[in-house]
Amino acid sequence: MPDLYYENNLPFVRSFGGREIFLEERSIYRRVTRSRVLKISALLMVVFAAVCIASLCIGVVSIPATDLLSALAGVMGGSASPPSEGQVILLDVRLPRILFGGIVGASLSAGGVVFQALLRNPLADPYVLGISGGSALGAIIGIVLGAGSFVLGVPFLAFCGALTTVFLVFVAAGGSRGFLMDHSLILAGVVVNAFFSAAILFALSVVNSVELHSITFWLMGDLSGADGREIVTAALCLLAGFAILYAQARKLNLMVQGEETALQMGVDVRITKYILLFVTSLVTAVAVSLAGIIGFVGIMVPHMMRLVFGSDHRLLLPAAALFGASFLVVADTLARTIIAPAELPVGVITALCGAPYFIILMRRRGRG
Amino acid sequence: MPVIEAKNLSFRYTEQPVLDGVSFGLEAAQIIAVIGPNGSGKTTLLKMLNGTLFPDQGQMLLEGRETRRWNRGELARTVAMVPQETQAIFPFFAEEIVLMGRFPHLRSFVFEGKKDYRIVREVMGQTDCLAYAHRRFNELSAGERQRVLIARALAQEPKVLLLDESTVFLDLKHQAQFLVLLRDLSRLRHLTVVFVTHDVNMAAQNADAILLLYNGKKYAIGTPSDVLTARSIKEVYDVDVGIDLNPHNGLPRVTLFT
Repeated sequence: MPDLYYENNLPFVRSFGGREIFLEERSIYRRVTRSRVLKISALLMVVFAAVCIASLCIGVVSIPATDLLSALAGVMGGSASPPSEGQVILLDVRLPRILFGGIVGASLSAGGVVFQALLRNPLADPYVLGISGGSALGAIIGIVLGAGSFVLGVPFLAFCGALTTVFLVFVAAGGSRGFLMDHSLILAGVVVNAFFSAAILFALSVVNSVELHSITFWLMGDLSGADGREIVTAALCLLAGFAILYAQARKLNLMVQGEETALQMGVDVRITKYILLFVTSLVTAVAVSLAGIIGFVGIMVPHMMRLVFGSDHRLLLPAAALFGASFLVVADTLARTIIAPAELPVGVITALCGAPYFIILMRRRGRG
Repeated sequence: MPVIEAKNLSFRYTEQPVLDGVSFGLEAAQIIAVIGPNGSGKTTLLKMLNGTLFPDQGQMLLEGRETRRWNRGELARTVAMVPQETQAIFPFFAEEIVLMGRFPHLRSFVFEGKKDYRIVREVMGQTDCLAYAHRRFNELSAGERQRVLIARALAQEPKVLLLDESTVFLDLKHQAQFLVLLRDLSRLRHLTVVFVTHDVNMAAQNADAILLLYNGKKYAIGTPSDVLTARSIKEVYDVDVGIDLNPHNGLPRVTLFT
């Protein structure tokens, strides 16, 4: 058994296991290597591209794939002829919405992965620290005050609301030794969310019906309003945030095993935790303030990906982000076609798929 | 020079001190048992040794340097701890858990290489958990999990191994294998082992030295036959015991009078 020796010529210590026994041929375990992460990411990117193309063609006005090609060729070549109606729908209406959906889906899914791991709670979602309640209240104030007439007016107020909430939750949960305890974080999030819910209900009972409609759409999540500037902002936040989160992926694996374990393995738990909480909150807050509260994506996608690819965050994070992007684009395509020409808020679709899925998941957990 | 040295170590979580002026030195490549009643400060002492906690007063020296002066990575390459239990909320696989022990040896963004997997294989062989390397950690039995956690600590290639009640869930065969493994590692690779246990006989039979804690203070430290006397056990644990010599190896054997 020469391969059982250490490389640095340490004396051999007897082994009891002998050869490895593959008791479970059906085990889905595969080692996480760089090439595997790259392969799976590439595959999921192809899936996302396919979903986007399909979603571009589907809609109230059905546009054949040939028009799509000519539209794209027109953009690339900068053709002089004025764009056709189909091209306008594709490039100015559907494309931004699809890209935006992808960005929001990726943000929420990656956020869900990180919060579940960090709080060691499979029921955590990106809103668990009260981000949803805070941003909703900010948005409602914005809508009531007529901030919608300014560029990024409502999202800006929603973003402020989200950040204020996160700050409040951090302060409320700060332990005596400066450690953020998991349960007090969750508890503080629940309390803050409940408080804001009451404030939201109060606001809903005093606003007029036009405002009520736009507030309801905001509360259920809506991807239709995105303009180019918002999409670029959200994309940059997502990319920067994801890079920071991915750099912590292996530390996150250890944090899941318990903070003390992580600490004695050499992880600077406190700094890592602050970085992860802060960056994830920021990415989520950007997504929420632009798209409203889209539920269940951030809780469902991480679980699905964990079932398929295992729990190693070096694979789980990119897989969840990419799959979450595809998932939300599909959900939004359904939302804008199911009762066409009218539209549903995309949150309705995600919740309608999400709740049954969750019950199945919980029942399986209960049996295990 | 002792590898571990405590100088007048004190620590308190609240008012009541958990460790109160404890001093001792432990030589390298020895197996040391820490025993004492519930709440006598055993686990807190281990947490001092692995840098999870730092003393309020006094010094905890590792290789002659205070633990708070070590950086985390360095400490993790020197000291490894097997916890009593670990949270298994998300479905990691057994091999992945052991692989995490390689964390302190890897730079960020680097994936584990051939050497890491070879070490993982070796330590999983030593703790007899290769047979379920491909199974999910949270589906294993308590004893199987404990072997995985021991393997993870060994994968850190530590110089000092800390064990917190790490044999309680092991069956007889695996207890025996594990104790032999500890002896081999300390003899062949100069591993220093510090283990906390309630099993006084296990400590007597297997440890080179025993540290007896009582109410956060050092009651005694020395060889098993020095420390384990009917009088010391009566004073510390408040039970009556008979002590004779084990006919198989001449080490003290404690019999509880009930």
